[in-house]
Amino acid sequence: MKRARLGIAILLTAAAPIATRAQNPDTIFIQNATVLTVTHGNIEHGSILIRDGKIAAVGADLKAQEGVTVIDASGQFVMPGIIDCHSHIAIDGGVNEGAPAVSSMANIKDVLNPDDIDIYRDLAGGVTAANILHGSANPIGGQTIVIKLRWGKPASALPFEGALPGIKFALGENPKHSNFTVPPGVAARYPATRLGVEEVIRQAFTEAREYRKQWDDYNQRKAAGEQNLIPPRRNEQLEPLVEVLDGKRYVHVHCYRADEILMLMRVANEFGFKVRTWQHVLEGYKIADELAAYGAGASTFSDWWAYKMEAYDAIPYNAALMTERGVVVSVNSDDAQEARQLNQEAAKSMKYGGLSANDALKLITLNPAIQLGLDNRAGSIDVGKDADLAIYNHDPLSVYAVVQKTLIDGQVYFDRERDIAQRAELAKEKQALLDKEKKASEEKKPEKKPEQKNRPPKSDIADGGAARGAL
Amino acid sequence: VKTRARSWGRTWFVAILVAIPTWAQSTATSTTYAIQGGKIFTLAGAPIEKGTVIIRDGKIAAVGANVAVPSDAQMIDATGLQVYPGLFDPVTQIGLSEVSAVSATQDISELGDYNPELVAATAVNPASAHIAVTRADGITEVIAAPGTAGFDSQAGGIIAGQASAFHLAGWTMEEMQIKRSVAMVVNWPSIQTRAFDFSTFRVKQKPYSDVKKEYDKNVNQLSDWLDRARHYAQAKEKGSPALFERDLKLEALVPVVEGKLPVLVVADEERDIRNAEEFCSKQNLKMILAGGAEAWKVKELLKDKKIPVILGPTERLPEEEDTPYDKPMTQPSELFAAGIPFAFSSFGTAFSRRLPQYAGSAVAYGLPHDEALKAVTLNAAQIFGLADQLGTIEPGKLGNIIVTNGDPLEIQTQVRYLFIKGQLTSMDNRHRELYEQYRKRPKEAEQVAH
Repeated sequence: MKRARLGIAILLTAAAPIATRAQNPDTIFIQNATVLTVTHGNIEHGSILIRDGKIAAVGADLKAQEGVTVIDASGQFVMPGIIDCHSHIAIDGGVNEGAPAVSSMANIKDVLNPDDIDIYRDLAGGVTAANILHGSANPIGGQTIVIKLRWGKPASALPFEGALPGIKFALGENPKHSNFTVPPGVAARYPATRLGVEEVIRQAFTEAREYRKQWDDYNQRKAAGEQNLIPPRRNEQLEPLVEVLDGKRYVHVHCYRADEILMLMRVANEFGFKVRTWQHVLEGYKIADELAAYGAGASTFSDWWAYKMEAYDAIPYNAALMTERGVVVSVNSDDAQEARQLNQEAAKSMKYGGLSANDALKLITLNPAIQLGLDNRAGSIDVGKDADLAIYNHDPLSVYAVVQKTLIDGQVYFDRERDIAQRAELAKEKQALLDKEKKASEEKKPEKKPEQKNRPPKSDIADGGAARGAL
Repeated sequence: VKTRARSWGRTWFVAILVAIPTWAQSTATSTTYAIQGGKIFTLAGAPIEKGTVIIRDGKIAAVGANVAVPSDAQMIDATGLQVYPGLFDPVTQIGLSEVSAVSATQDISELGDYNPELVAATAVNPASAHIAVTRADGITEVIAAPGTAGFDSQAGGIIAGQASAFHLAGWTMEEMQIKRSVAMVVNWPSIQTRAFDFSTFRVKQKPYSDVKKEYDKNVNQLSDWLDRARHYAQAKEKGSPALFERDLKLEALVPVVEGKLPVLVVADEERDIRNAEEFCSKQNLKMILAGGAEAWKVKELLKDKKIPVILGPTERLPEEEDTPYDKPMTQPSELFAAGIPFAFSSFGTAFSRRLPQYAGSAVAYGLPHDEALKAVTLNAAQIFGLADQLGTIEPGKLGNIIVTNGDPLEIQTQVRYLFIKGQLTSMDNRHRELYEQYRKRPKEAEQVAH
């Protein structure tokens, strides 16, 4: 544990100069790059002008004005920063409030941890924004938030400004605890079937409607000037669901099987709310036309399969087939490591299903931006959008591409050269701290503290069947 | 039958579906093939431009720029394509695991800490969907290792059983098997004070003194098993047959203590690797390190003791928070520079097809490309003593060959032809079938009512 904390301290120090130096709203000029705009083709020997954190100009004929900070990207590729539509990084403690079947009162926003080293690691993989989701232990889970990976900034500076908050729903094996051993002495939690999962959601929205009506009545009577009214009792579990009914909060649904996806469409239609994204949606290819007609986004894995029964029909052609049939598709990570290689995972849809290079790029840029309602701000290299960019040394759809720099709001948050240059000094600093601690412990002889190891797996595919029961 | 290869090339996908409904065209009568016109990466010398590979009776009969083509050979036109040895994934659970979360489909981990008599090949399911899915991406042979369950996970006791090497094609294990026993899997007892407990979904902490006591007990037991195996071997050789009592567990350990069967020691942290090496040295065991996340911290030791490493996925998070963010990807190039032999592996089942991606990522971070290619083919064959049969395209070796439309380590590259045991093998699989099936679903779907 002590070693681990030390690590955070060191890395924070390392990141500080990057952030401070870039805090000046400098004008930045990236030149000589292959610019993958995603919306209007690739520009060879292209340049990007960044002013006040926004993209001010893009093209092949731009010239650097005097006094601007120039990033020479000769031979390099610039693409929009990767948007990970399903992530569990930067969460302090567990990702699941799993005790109740409806945990909508829990909010990821309250437990954002800006010191999670996985923010930095994913940033180094070209990720600039992530949809930070609650786990999948409940049919209706906790509230979610979209962040930018502003490493070095406090938790309050992480949220993606203007992004609509969300809520996690989950269908299938996880909310019904199929792959989860209930500890001795603990009662099994309802539901245990897909029938029950549907019922929990239906019940919750029945209550949410009733709750909304109570408040509407109250507000009407109050507006009419009625005196001495007692407001309804506030219910933090139902309020987020009212926001869903009012279209003020996005629903992100963890789902696998085709039938359960159609089930939720029916329930959503009945209660008058809209699902925003289908997450995982591994059998989405079976009902691609229904998904396209419904109009919500599908956010899936590249090639994960067979880790549980409902993932046995998963195919790596899923993203391509759904795209072919008109669904807005993204490829997500659900895992701090997978996020570092999302460019490679997107490229797999070219191999499996024959997507074009630009459509493959969209899976991790423009499409997740659309899915999160942020395509006016991110997801492509267009004038007026946030300067969230990833610079690679090769075509990012190649396995040989390595991120050189990651920019958010026009600031360089990750720089590979700088990271490497700082390593020797950091190692020295760490050694000095270890020596100091060793010396102190020799003097005091305190009891040994255990090291941090075997962190709980965060992903849906993490080792061991039981783990899959909960994310 | 001489098939003109051009038409094959154009309609390869359909052709394979139709012409090779099963895993191979035939097994009764072995076909002779001539793969012609491609760039051949033999991995036993410089690549051959527009070369020819002749496969006969399941083996590579000839390879070169000017090779006589037998009149009965089926022609495979590889013009514009590239020819490589099939890829080899040396630590998997293929055949022992179908759906990870469904225990009925799991045959990886037996109860008990000492099971040297168990052999993976016993329970490899030749009908597993993973086999066809994996080979379609160019992996032609694997080793299934009992007691391993994904990288960083030791599932099946301390001596978990024997690992088996087999081809990813065949109706039965008799047809698939390369070598029934290639290594004894030992999950090195790691000193872990924090462990994640899946039953309660919580991290459990134990005091160091307790963990160390447990560790010492395990290592003493392991040592005791090996001593008993030595005594058993002596008794068998020199004792009275009338008084000799067979013990299947000890019998299985005899090749280990005699240094004939290597031990595949699963260990990741520096301390564990050092402890394991010290133990194996003392016990005169032939050690292969599996996992080796912190092998970069013990390069001198691994080099001095000539210990090869089967590396876990390069695409994983660093061990410690202050380990350089790219260490898992740069480690292979460091090991190569230090002269330590290593092979890449998936340590998985569903992710076995990511093997080339893991190697490609190491190239991105400094490993020479030709070394990465060897680390997914020849190196594993050498480490497990199978290089006389596998790993390169040389006469006399088994005909495990892939024909691709490009660099096999690159994500977008497609395998066009696949040969296993010298047979043209189908690349059809569960995933392609589902894709084709649902792609054909009529467009007039009845929509969910609003």
